Order: sequence, then structure tokens, then C-alpha cells
Amino acid sequence: MEYNHILVRFGELTTKGKNRKTFIQKLFQNTKEALLRFEHLTYELTYDRLYILLNGEDQKEVTEALKHVFGILSFSLAIKVPTELEAIKEAASFLVEKTEGQTFKIDTKRNDKNFPMTSPEISRSVAGYIFHHTQKDLSVDVHHPDIRIRIELRQKDSYVMNDVIHGAGGYPVGIGGKALLMLSGGIDSPVAGYLTMKRGVEIECIHFASPPYTSDRAREKVLELVGKLNAYQPTIRVHVIPFTDLQLAIYEHTPESYAMTVMRRMMYRIAQRVAEQENCLAISNGESIGQVASQTLDSMKAINCVIDMPVIRPVVCMDKIEIMELARQIGTYDISIRPYEDCCTIFTPKQPATKPRREKCETYEQGWDFNQMVEDCVAARETLIIGLDAVDENADLF
Amino acid sequence: MLYLDYAATTPLNPEVGEAYFHLLKTKFANPDSIHGLGLEVEGLMERSRALIASMLGVEAAEIIFTSGASESNNMAIKGVCFQYQSRGRHIITTTVEHSSVYETFKQLENEFGFEVTYLPVDSQGRLDLDVLKQSIRKDTILLSCMAVNNEVGFCLPLEKIKDILKDYPNCHFHVDMVQCLGKLPVHLDGIDLASFSAHKIYGLKGSGILYKKTSCQIKPLICGGQQEFGLRAGTSNAFTNIVLAKTMRLALADLDQKIVHVRHLNQRLRDYFSGLPDCVINTPEDGSPYILNVSMLRYKPEVLTHALEDHEIYISTRSACSTKKLDMSRTLKMMGVSQEVGMSALRISLSHLVTDQDIDRFIQAFNDILRKVKQQRK
Repeated sequence: MEYNHILVRFGELTTKGKNRKTFIQKLFQNTKEALLRFEHLTYELTYDRLYILLNGEDQKEVTEALKHVFGILSFSLAIKVPTELEAIKEAASFLVEKTEGQTFKIDTKRNDKNFPMTSPEISRSVAGYIFHHTQKDLSVDVHHPDIRIRIELRQKDSYVMNDVIHGAGGYPVGIGGKALLMLSGGIDSPVAGYLTMKRGVEIECIHFASPPYTSDRAREKVLELVGKLNAYQPTIRVHVIPFTDLQLAIYEHTPESYAMTVMRRMMYRIAQRVAEQENCLAISNGESIGQVASQTLDSMKAINCVIDMPVIRPVVCMDKIEIMELARQIGTYDISIRPYEDCCTIFTPKQPATKPRREKCETYEQGWDFNQMVEDCVAARETLIIGLDAVDENADLF
Repeated sequence: MLYLDYAATTPLNPEVGEAYFHLLKTKFANPDSIHGLGLEVEGLMERSRALIASMLGVEAAEIIFTSGASESNNMAIKGVCFQYQSRGRHIITTTVEHSSVYETFKQLENEFGFEVTYLPVDSQGRLDLDVLKQSIRKDTILLSCMAVNNEVGFCLPLEKIKDILKDYPNCHFHVDMVQCLGKLPVHLDGIDLASFSAHKIYGLKGSGILYKKTSCQIKPLICGGQQEFGLRAGTSNAFTNIVLAKTMRLALADLDQKIVHVRHLNQRLRDYFSGLPDCVINTPEDGSPYILNVSMLRYKPEVLTHALEDHEIYISTRSACSTKKLDMSRTLKMMGVSQEVGMSALRISLSHLVTDQDIDRFIQAFNDILRKVKQQRK
């Protein structure tokens, strides 16, 4: 006997009245996309559940991929058996033997009310069978069991399950439109991307590269971070902006203390132009109040005013430690801490203005045609598609 | 040719060879260089590390590339001793370890003043766990034990050792898994350090890994560079490390079927040898199916080995790392077998590549040799 099914429970969307159908369709589509590489899986979608039939695929790998699909509240590995007491008993007994622990509890949910026994009767009968057949020294504990076996009794087939595995929660990615994520390579922006996607918003990324001041390694690092985010959104477009010329022009026309602020204003302008062209409804980034000079409220005010698009800052009120914890969870932390220069760290002024003023910024932006340079940056962007199913030139080596 | 010395080393899997040759032809950069060429090689090496980690069910940061299991063993054992010597200077191993573990303990005992307990085994290779319980102390900082003995093939009770170690959080657990990987299931939970070799699983010579749990710290043996998390300085043997993932993947593929097949071959050989007069089978029934150690009493094992060689059949007398010594195998000696049994041991080691016809051929040749080669007088 072996697990042959995964039973998927939907998340918050069960509360969402009319939109329900769109939500479930999107979640179903996203799940299939995330599990695309497991060729033999088949799916059954019912009103409140999704059943994934393993058909011999590795359950460990499938569950690992499933944990990253937003919109899934939880799921369980299950053994599907015909709705007959004997078959249910055998499956339950198998799971108890397989799982570590001394105490157990049987939870039965009888959807098929025509079945001749009530739920408690079924539980008792199955528990009796387990006691009779086990090799272990078992006892029942209905409050804090080590092993909790769930039986879902349905008309034709029933599901016997072990523990509930927590899903990623949130909304299915794509249900809430699309945002453009400003991805630097640091710790915060990938976390911001993760949280944006968690609320059902699809992302594209924008990255500013200033070669030769920034290296291939920095660029590679950003693409690797996107690779980690692919677990939540299988295909992500990345726009790499050639920023060198504009960045050098900024340092030529701006006093050192204001260079950072003006640079961020330019980045925002470019991001908005790209977002408009790519049908993104908002910009998302990893700004957090007070972390660095460019992220004080004064700075945000002086920078944000150059665009009129919503800017989502999912980590704005989080402590650095909380952000780092999330980064570790989603696997981006170790990549983010690699010490390569990015555009924000080169030319770092010794004393940046922590309370920059909008009027001053505007003064420094007069007298040179930054608009044309912004347009050039937008036009010259390189767009990469990073995905789980990207062609792998080196596959033969592994 | 019939090769039956797979515990000594294995032939290179042609697919691994192709990947390696391709790398040699197309790339050369140092993975630590900051330019794009280096970056590419580094990326491939890290991808290999991540794949190996996932095959072993651990984190990529817990996989250290080494030159092979002897280095991994030295690195783990000395690394832990030098790191934690302020917590205690008592360490434990068994009497039947591979020489790269055994001699390392001897060195720590004789040159560095550590106190060592050597756990004995019985005639079936069973470790005396009572001795372990009696000798382990609060200041024991390391226990090193192999998973499968390389000369005789008996398995050591890792799970029971783990249970005992639960009460001794200061004691790190190192396991030499060389004869286990690609042959038997590997479980790393409850283990702090584990050594693996590539050339025993159809990979390249000079290639191995040390698994080191993140929570376990070790002092490096080779200082002077950031490579391998600062634990093994020196320009990385990148291509070798890159193809190790493929080596492992191929070795672990269809492992269940391979084991079933090898068990079958092993049983045939057992049946054959148990029918021979003056033959003692040293490998216990519950040992690794990949190794069969037998003693042909009053035959010189070297003579039988060379006679088999005339039939182009290759087996060995003991671990290849100790053949230059003349007395009997340490493992057999420690199992307490008689001088007669110990001095006449042969090791046949199997692979899934061996066929039923190969076993027929071996039996035929061996019968032929026994007819011709004279037994020594009693």
C-alpha cells in the first residue's frame, strides 16, 4: 500500500462568494503549472477540493512543489480506497504503522449520509481494527494524539489521510493583477516580491545594471533570486535596465548628498514607464522605513512624488530581522548576502541627505535632459524570461 | 574479463566520463574568478552541490567537496577534535574501521594526546553496545563508526548508536558511508558528519564529499582560502565536483532493483561456498549483499587470487588500502577468528553489473582451480 492521492484544500477563497469560480479556476491552473514537470499526475476538481492523483510520481517532490502554490490552505497525502469498511480499516492501519508515535486518534467525516454507520461508529470500528493488528504499543488519545488519521467517507470512494500539511496560503497568483517589482539583489526586495505574489498579484521584475561598475555576478545573482521566486510563479519576466549612462549623468549634475535621492527618482520614473508598457498596475519594492537614507519618510516623499502609480511596499513596517527570517524561509537569503556591488551601493555618498527636499531635487534635475535618458533606458531594456521550464543547456552535465 | 573487486573501486560510468570530457574540452576557468568564465564554472559546481544535497535530503551548505573518503574521514575526525577539544578529549571508534579512520584515531591518540576507546565486535561483526554505554562520557566529543565494513561486509548498528547518543549532546557522530552509498539506503538524520567516495559508485578517482551538519563546526585541515566554506583551501577541482552529482544520480537510480539483483547473486555464491569443504564464510547473513568474504582453509589467498587472474577473474584478499601489510586482516583479527581463517580470506565484491552468467563462470573457474592448486598440509 502507498499514498496514491493528494487532497488539496482551498484557502481564503472559500469565503469569496461570486468570485469563487474564477479563483478556483486560477488556482487549478497555477497548481497544474507548478507541477508541470510531473508528467503522470492527473487531477480531479470538485466543488470544494482538488484531488491530485500521483500515478507513481514521487510524493515527496510533488508535495514540496505544492507547498509553494498560493491559494492552497492545506493538503494531505491520502490513500484512496473504495467506500467499504474493510478497505478503510486496512488503509488506516497501514498509515498508523508507517507513522511514528504511540498515541492516535481517528477522525471520520461522513459526507455520504447513506453509509450505514455514523462517524463515531466508524472511528471506533477502525480503531478496534488497528489495536488488533498493530505491532506497536498503541493507545488512543483524543486530545493530543501523536498520529491523527482522517477518514473522508464519500459516496463511491473514501480517502484515508495522515497529517495535514500547511499550504502557502494567500490568493492564487494572477487573480489580483500584475505589479512591477524593483529587484536590487538585496535581502528585502525578493521578500517584497514573495509577499506581493502571496496576495495574488503576479509580478514582473525590473533590475538596474550599471556595467562595468556592477558585475555579471550581480546580474547572475538577481536572476538566481528570480529563480527562487519561480517556485511561486513559474514564469517571471525580468527587465534589465542599462543604467550606467544615466547614473554617471546624475553624478555629474547633482551634489553628492543628493545623488542617491535623484537616482531613486530616476529609477521610479523608469519603473513607471516600463510598468505602463507591460500592463502592470503598480510598482512593488523592498523599501522599509528608516533602513537607509533613501528610505526615511522624507526620502520616500521626495522620491515617490515623481510618479502617480501606486507603490506597494510589503515590508515597509517590518523589522530587518523579520524580513531576514522570511528571506531564509523562501530560500533567497543565502543568495542575497553574496557581496557583489549593485547600483545602489556603488557611488554611495559619505553623507547622503536623510531629509531631502523635493524642491532641491527639482533644481538639480534642471538644465540637463534626463527625460531623454530615461526614455533611452526604457527602450534599451533587455527582457529575460526566467522559468522553471527554461531550456537548460547544461542538463547533460547532471 | 570478470571483475569482482567492486569494493576496491568501480569502472567509470561512460556517461560520467562523457560529461567530464566535455567540461575539460570546453571550460577551464577558476570558479573563484570574478569574471564571467569563472562565474559559469562556479554556477555549475554549486548546482552539483545542490543536487547532491537534495539526493541526500540535506542542505547544499552541508556538502563539502573533497578528494575522496580518506580525506573526508581525516577532515571530519581531526576537524571535530581540534574544534571541540576544550569540551573534552575523549573520542570513540571501533576496532574494525577503514585504515583512514583507524590510523587517524591512532594519530590523535599518540601525537595529540586524545584518549581513545576502541569498541570491539564479536565473531559476527556485531558491535558491543554495552561497551559503548560504559565508555561514553560527558567529555566524549566524537564517535566515528563505519556503516558497512569494507573487508567483511557486516553492517554496524547506526540506529542503536544514535539512540545512545541522544543523551550525549556533546558527542558528534561521524559515519564512514563509503560502502553504503549507492548500495544501501542512506539516512543522515541523527548523523553530524558522513564521508562518501565517488570512485566506489562508478565515478572519478580523487573525488568525494563530506556531509557536515550546519550545527557542527570543524577546524579546517588545509587553511588559506575561501573554498568549500573556508574549510578546504585550494583551487577547486571543479569539473570533478560538477560530475559528482551525475555520478550519484546514476548510482542511485533504480537502487531497489539493483539490490534485489545483487542479493540474488550473493545468495548463489553463498550456496556455492557453503557446499565446499574447508570453506568458512566470514560475512554474516545480514551483512551487505555487495561483499562476500570467505576463507579457503589452508589455501594461500594470494595463490588463489593469482590463479583466478589466469582466468581473467579479479577478486582481492582484503582492503586495497592495506594490502602492502603481510599479516592477517585487522577486521578479521578483531572479529576473533582463528589465525587459519584470518590468513586465508578472500573478498569477492559485487555490483549490479555482474550477471548470472558471470557467477557461472566464476564457479566453474574456481572449481577448476581447486582441482589444480594444492592445499597446504595440516
